Amino acid sequence: MEVFVQTFVSGVLMGGIYALVGLGMTLIMGVMKIINLAHGQLMMVAMYITYVLFEYLHLDPYFSLLIAMPTLFLLGAIIQKYFLNPLLKVDSILPENQVLMTVGIGMVLTEIIRFIFHSDYKSVKTSYSSDFIYAGGISYNVAMVIAFGIAALLTLLLFFFLLKTDIGRSVRATAQNKEAALLMGINAEWITIFTYGLGAALAAAAGSLLLPIYYLFPDIGGPFTLKAFVITILGGLGSTVGAIVGGVVLGVAESLGATYISMALKDAVGMVIFLLVLIFLPGGLKAWTKI
Amino acid sequence: MSFFETQHLTKAFGGLIAVNDLSFKVEQGKIYGLIGPNGSGKTTVFNLINGYYPITSGTILFEGQELNGLPTWKICKLGIGRTFQIVKPLRRMTVLENVMASAFNRTAREEESREKALEVLEFCELLKKRDYPAKGLTIGDRKRLEIARALATGPKLLLLDETMAGLTPQEQADGVVLIRKIRDSGMTIIIVEHIMQVIMNICDQILCINYGQEIVQGSPVEVANNPAVIEAYLGRE
Amino acid sequence: MKKMRWSALIPLLLLLVFPLVIQSDYYRHIFIIALMWVVIGSSWNLLAGYTGQVSFGHAIFFGTGAYTAGLCATKLGISAWWGMLLGGPVAVLVGLFIGWVCFRLRGPYFALATIAVGEIFRIVATVWRDLTDGMQGILIMQTFRSKIPYYYLALFLAALCVYAIHRVIKSKWGYCFVAIREDQDAAESMGISAFRYKSLSLAVSSFFTGLAGAFYMNYMAFIDPHVVFSLHYISIMAILVGIIGGVGTLWGPPVGAFVMVLLQETFRSSFFGLLPKWVSEGHVLVFGVLVIFVIRYMANGIVGDWSKIKRIWSKEKPEPVATIGS
Repeated sequence: MEVFVQTFVSGVLMGGIYALVGLGMTLIMGVMKIINLAHGQLMMVAMYITYVLFEYLHLDPYFSLLIAMPTLFLLGAIIQKYFLNPLLKVDSILPENQVLMTVGIGMVLTEIIRFIFHSDYKSVKTSYSSDFIYAGGISYNVAMVIAFGIAALLTLLLFFFLLKTDIGRSVRATAQNKEAALLMGINAEWITIFTYGLGAALAAAAGSLLLPIYYLFPDIGGPFTLKAFVITILGGLGSTVGAIVGGVVLGVAESLGATYISMALKDAVGMVIFLLVLIFLPGGLKAWTKI
Repeated sequence: MSFFETQHLTKAFGGLIAVNDLSFKVEQGKIYGLIGPNGSGKTTVFNLINGYYPITSGTILFEGQELNGLPTWKICKLGIGRTFQIVKPLRRMTVLENVMASAFNRTAREEESREKALEVLEFCELLKKRDYPAKGLTIGDRKRLEIARALATGPKLLLLDETMAGLTPQEQADGVVLIRKIRDSGMTIIIVEHIMQVIMNICDQILCINYGQEIVQGSPVEVANNPAVIEAYLGRE
Repeated sequence: MKKMRWSALIPLLLLLVFPLVIQSDYYRHIFIIALMWVVIGSSWNLLAGYTGQVSFGHAIFFGTGAYTAGLCATKLGISAWWGMLLGGPVAVLVGLFIGWVCFRLRGPYFALATIAVGEIFRIVATVWRDLTDGMQGILIMQTFRSKIPYYYLALFLAALCVYAIHRVIKSKWGYCFVAIREDQDAAESMGISAFRYKSLSLAVSSFFTGLAGAFYMNYMAFIDPHVVFSLHYISIMAILVGIIGGVGTLWGPPVGAFVMVLLQETFRSSFFGLLPKWVSEGHVLVFGVLVIFVIRYMANGIVGDWSKIKRIWSKEKPEPVATIGS
């Protein structure tokens, strides 16, 4: 029983970080209706930025967050403006143009990082990376707890932003109905640029939070992009609450899968959930609630 | 056995009843009109006949065969062709290729399909434009193409969904000529239309609906003079 | 059509004499791989370019074909060459199952589902060691020392594949495929069962891709899940071959295959040794840049946008867009 609770808790903590990744992706998918296959790579770039700041300036990753997030926001905005928006005007047989563009961008980001940093695994060891606190018979990894806390905080800030600010409302309006939003005077082009930047920033946050408890190498982006999808589809496209729930569900499922089935199949768990949801519950968990 | 009939046809989308207990018969070789104000459920009726939407309750019978639950493509094979209100040209194919794709409904051989397609294009007066890419056509020609495509599937019953919308008066007159030509060739037609002159001119029988329910069925004269119809379109005095 | 046949004969003749003229195994190998990609790219293009179902998981069929051949040797004790007969049909069975599950999904969701299935296959192949020997892979004895038989086999497969697809496109199937791509709902109203024809397209596509996989097993004599079920090296490469050459055209993927493979090798070898070593490190980067460039400026690929390219060179007037006839 203890093992189960322990596994479950680790899963939830990880789920908090996953939720950030999923939130970024669901916003992008909700507003632009494109699949961002560079999402994990954006996170990876943020992780390298955080790593560099730690190695050379000895900046704690949790503070680097404040640098990584705006940097990735900018990068995301540039990508949307110069690479993705122009595609809207091109009429090609494959509607998946934007998706493929993100594949290209993901590749370029990965290779540039590989060029600079090489493929060897890097890691960041902070004082608390391997610290545990014990409560109620369960051990909690300090780094993960802090990460979860910051993730929760950022999520709350995001909600506040989306619900209470003008820009946030514009983002939601554009996500729900682009034409109507345009008619209401919302500058849809600018909103897409902003949203992609925001999505990238959220991925960046997840990356910074993840760095102390994970290891880093250029190809780490791919699996996280896939995880982001699972979360997004699981929670329901464009549903922010869904992304949070989806993130936690994935975290728990992976954790349980690693413990009770096998470590090697951990990634497969996500894929199977993904397929099942795509087939049986196309609206995602969102369909079960009224969110 | 009637040629085509619906019995208590009903379609509900959750709580919204879009089509409510419609029953009507269409005789072979006639033109049957379906009219009603915007949002009255006309296109939904077509979508039900066509197999596009599942039926909530009631039956549709075509030459004695029940259409309930059959997929769209099967209904087409049985002999019901349809045009869409918002036309759906196969944009990156030529006019000829568009119609050939339909003609393959009745044959598997390319030469036969081409022959049939050319025949239909000539009938619809689109032959000269057969090598134009569909996406370059004017709206009038797109509507013709839509009809040509439906005809090439070799139907016995043709569903025309607001083919006159967006056309100039001259184009509408040409459209009426074409529809009459189609009927004269032995086709049965159900036509959804908004434009009164067109409907009154060509239909043998008319069904007027509002809010998914029947208001009146009858000959054009009967329907035009029915106070409930006038009220539905123009509102109360 | 006649015109195209004659000008297609020239490259074919060149390819036929190639290994007799070029003695180097290195260059023969590159061409063999390129010919293999002609098959994979063309197959992908049939499903994606002509039928509009963009698969991000063609590695599933490639890997299935490769493992079918490999398992013939390791589990059935027969020659892996039997895989050439079995690889295609087994891949078709897998394909039909996937279609049955995934075709209800439209557009990007279908693409995502194929990614997921591809990854599942890769992970299962890695983990199910009893069947596949996991990451150790399958190693067999190479039948021929010389590259020449493999070359002509690859050429034969490529020619067969392109010819078969050419016939399919001109037939009823081809018209149904494109109708589904252009407007699935309209196609259904025209009597075309979307599910049936998508499945047919997938069957042909997976057949040839599986065949390519079986060939790969026999040629390279070694496979492992990481390579043959790879999302990036197989599935996405197939997409790139199609896109760069020209989606929805017959000759696009063949052109794309040679361009991609030659380009990749040019960079990987640092321009065949002429440039410093670090250039080799950048070959994937070049790919990424190429993808970005092509999607942005040449979305219809080299063949699809050929008239546009000619125009930029010679400043002519534009012509009507290519349709099913090309």
